[in-house]
Amino acid sequence: MMVGQTLTILLIYRLFCALNVWIGVVFSLFYSGLGLPLAYHIFLYQVTTHKRVMGMTIAEKILATHANRSSVSPKEIVDARIDYVMVNDVTGLPAFEVFEEFGTTPICEKTVLIQDHYVPNKDVASAEQAKSMREFARKYAIKKHFDVGRSGVCHQIMIEHGFAAPGRLIVGADSHTCSYGALGALSTGIGSSEAASAMATGELWFRVPESQKFTVDGELGKYVMGKDIILHIIGDIGVSGSLYRSMEFYGSAIVSLSLSDRITISNMAIEAGAKCGIIPPDEKVFDYLKDRVIGEYAPVYADEDAEYEDIFEYDAAEIVPMVAKPHLPENVVPASEIDVEIDQAYLGSCTNGRIEDLRSAAAVLAGKKVHPDVRMIVVPASRNVFLEALSEGLIEVFMDADAYVAGPTCGACLGGYMGVLAEGERCVSSTNRNFIGRMGHKDSEVYLANPAVVAASAITGRITDPEDLS
Amino acid sequence: MKKYIEGRVWRFFDNVDTDQIIPAKYLVTGDRRELAKHAFENVRPEFAEEVRGGDVIVGGKNFGSGSSREHAPRALLGAGIACVIAPSFARIFYRNSINIGLPLVECDVDAGDGDVLVVDFENGRIMNTNTKSAYTFPPLPDFLMKLLDVGLIENTKRKLEGMNR
Ligand code: SF4
Repeated sequence: MMVGQTLTILLIYRLFCALNVWIGVVFSLFYSGLGLPLAYHIFLYQVTTHKRVMGMTIAEKILATHANRSSVSPKEIVDARIDYVMVNDVTGLPAFEVFEEFGTTPICEKTVLIQDHYVPNKDVASAEQAKSMREFARKYAIKKHFDVGRSGVCHQIMIEHGFAAPGRLIVGADSHTCSYGALGALSTGIGSSEAASAMATGELWFRVPESQKFTVDGELGKYVMGKDIILHIIGDIGVSGSLYRSMEFYGSAIVSLSLSDRITISNMAIEAGAKCGIIPPDEKVFDYLKDRVIGEYAPVYADEDAEYEDIFEYDAAEIVPMVAKPHLPENVVPASEIDVEIDQAYLGSCTNGRIEDLRSAAAVLAGKKVHPDVRMIVVPASRNVFLEALSEGLIEVFMDADAYVAGPTCGACLGGYMGVLAEGERCVSSTNRNFIGRMGHKDSEVYLANPAVVAASAITGRITDPEDLS
Repeated sequence: MKKYIEGRVWRFFDNVDTDQIIPAKYLVTGDRRELAKHAFENVRPEFAEEVRGGDVIVGGKNFGSGSSREHAPRALLGAGIACVIAPSFARIFYRNSINIGLPLVECDVDAGDGDVLVVDFENGRIMNTNTKSAYTFPPLPDFLMKLLDVGLIENTKRKLEGMNR
């Protein structure tokens, strides 16, 4: 009796769903449900009308929230509200020129200006560029302007100063803006004109990316860092393996990493072509943000039934210190398997210029000397990192080893200045790109590696796995 | 935007990055003509000299990878490039190009230096007049087509009017 009634009522609700469900409720009450408790009717009504919403990935959820939508799906194009937009001294000037065409004022709370690529200025042209940023900041009274002496590499500043936080949607006119994925944000690089548009409107269009899931489980070896995990992955999937995609990282090895190492992983998501590289935020992130984050934030996690286009699984035990040979980050080999003489060793950048990176390089270098045929250059990623390194005695370790230590800048990372390579020279570098001519002459070579490998190689004069030092 | 173009090919291969298109040391201006003088300087030093208005670039997969520098598509526009054809593009390069009005076509085309291609944007067709091979490609989604046509600057102005801020 009960079963028959239930089925009839469900059918009636279903039929009336498209019209007016309330007519259906009343109708079914009288038709076959008289005598059944109202709560039971409500339950049946909910069962019939409940639309199954597909689970969402982290990127989908963040885009949905910022587009004021309950859900979004891959390939859709949405207009979304952004939380911050950042430009640096290189991408700033073209953005400011475009901005003036709008005849409006920037949304100051969302605009962050950071001088890092060519400061302190290397020549008159770069000085003019930096000046345009100062003038823009002054003209519109933008307080979030980080100039020489208070600044550092833009992504390090965005993180240190609490702009990056879980659940936020952040854009920056710099491709490594994807770094803040390590804090659970959806952050991605854009161009200068778009940055100008975002400063004016506070919004931007996004294509919702397909998501890929990367799981790394197990215990990592002594000298294995976040850098090696991401190089290993890029070696596997290639430099276009995540084109237009959102990478999400999971697994016990990722959880065990310091926030700094996680930032290295998210930083290089772009080297696989990805829009972003997101790691679900945990206590390490929340602790770091205490007394630092600007405003409130709300962590976002993927649903259990979120859909991933691909799933990749790696065993941490198989990941060793890696080197990416010229001229693509996908050309990876274990550091122990390559024998190449180097002229320069570079430690710095948004990839590996944090205090944790300096510590691991200093641990290898302590009491040793840089090889007489090698110049080692150390560039802390921000003034705060520099200060910490000073107080921990790391700067002394580097200088005692005959390394050259400079103030924070992008400098040689992009072949700008202070460490540019001559024809035929080779550099082992803790940065993220080894493209043709990236750090200088078109016939120079860059080998990407983690800070400990950079330090070990500086000592021996050839690319060296620190494990083989003793 | 032109519905139809006919242009001479500059052939490139996989993973052309923005450092190749415009080396970092020239990123001290946003002027497209100035930037065009150094386009592909490291990898094809003859490009800046020999490129002619209306030429097209045919690349391999992941064209425009690397940095977010809008200077890259600006340099190509400054050099008079009418469109870039490649099986896939890096996403920031893709956005930047559409925003500033450089048409991109996602298509795997067999063409060598100097071949002449006819590109029909509306119907999604490419013809290599030298080899007589024809190719088809899906036209851009409406939203992007409009953006390419209007340009990001004009688009933003219209948006601002609607926003009243
Ligand atoms: S440190 Fe290098 S990769 Fe990072 S923002 Fe600066 S130039 Fe770009």
